[in-house]
Amino acid sequence: MNTVFLIVTLALVWAGISGSFSGLNLLLGAIVGGVAVLVLRETFAGPKALRRIRRVVSLALLFFYELIVSAVRVALVVIRPDISNAVRPAIIAVPLTVKSDAEITLLANMITLTPGTLSVDVAADKSVLYVHALHMADKEAMIADIANGFEKKIREVFE
Amino acid sequence: MTAAAFIDWATLISLILLGAALLVSLVRIVIGPSLSDRVLALDLLAVVAMGFIGAIAVRTGLWLYLDIAIALALLGFLATVALARYILLRGPRTEPADGEAR
Amino acid sequence: MLEGLELYLGGILLLIGAAFTLLAAVGVVRLPDLYTRMHAASKAGAVGGGLILLAVAVLSQDAAVSIRAIIGVLFVLLTTPVSAHLLAKASYLTGYRPCKETVIDDIAKIEE
Repeated sequence: MNTVFLIVTLALVWAGISGSFSGLNLLLGAIVGGVAVLVLRETFAGPKALRRIRRVVSLALLFFYELIVSAVRVALVVIRPDISNAVRPAIIAVPLTVKSDAEITLLANMITLTPGTLSVDVAADKSVLYVHALHMADKEAMIADIANGFEKKIREVFE
Repeated sequence: MTAAAFIDWATLISLILLGAALLVSLVRIVIGPSLSDRVLALDLLAVVAMGFIGAIAVRTGLWLYLDIAIALALLGFLATVALARYILLRGPRTEPADGEAR
Repeated sequence: MLEGLELYLGGILLLIGAAFTLLAAVGVVRLPDLYTRMHAASKAGAVGGGLILLAVAVLSQDAAVSIRAIIGVLFVLLTTPVSAHLLAKASYLTGYRPCKETVIDDIAKIEE
């Protein structure tokens, strides 16, 4: 059932991108999608898939909300006349609990697009992420914020 | 105001805003002070140009412009990645400590 | 009035996107050092560019164009943080130090 749903979705995406919803094109999309699902079968298998999709959606919703907040906040800082008082930059080390490359990449990208933070570097042993903050009020609070927000949700998605 | 008139007006204002954004990011490219600042401004310039082309697509109704906008965004990303690699490979430079002109 | 609703929505999205893009450019000129400038360019820039592409998706009223525009939005959101991160890392490693207002620098502490 899950596989059928996936193939139909992939066929629709195929038709959308190639710009034609004709029957033949949909069939072609379904064939390509079917081959892709066949090749990547193990990634999607298992009863956890549905719960995982829900967590991915929850992570995506949190991300879009934070993205809008962050853009508005940066915009408000930029238009302040006393700009040097509005910023209090800092580079802080955030200990990482996620370990795989994919998780760290996702976390680093999301940190960059969320309020007041920008990932600068990952330590060579992948234990620490260096984050640049535009306005740092409290170091511990900021680290806790990242750990309890995105990091937790990303761990749930990848577990 | 009809919807068509509103779109006409909105795209015109957007094009003016984006044109101003192009000029403002050009300021940073000119004054630097370091290569990294210029690369950052160029990266932003590619995004602004993408938005500009998107607004033109809406104004003219030629949706083919969208493909150009997306291709430009891709090009801007690749250019930034290549320039970041270049900065890294060029090796350490003594940059001004607080971003002031050298 | 109501049948043109998506046109009004698209126009407003376009205006907000353009305004964010302009603010990103202003931020890149006004903020004190590379890293703070990057905040403006990567956040406001990505949101501005994304909103304009979203406006194109809403206004085109053509499924093929809309899907391409939405894929473009995802693409912008995916690539902007990557390029910002790469540039920040390259700049830091080649000796671009944050401005003197910076209160804490944990990377410098490690290197000492």
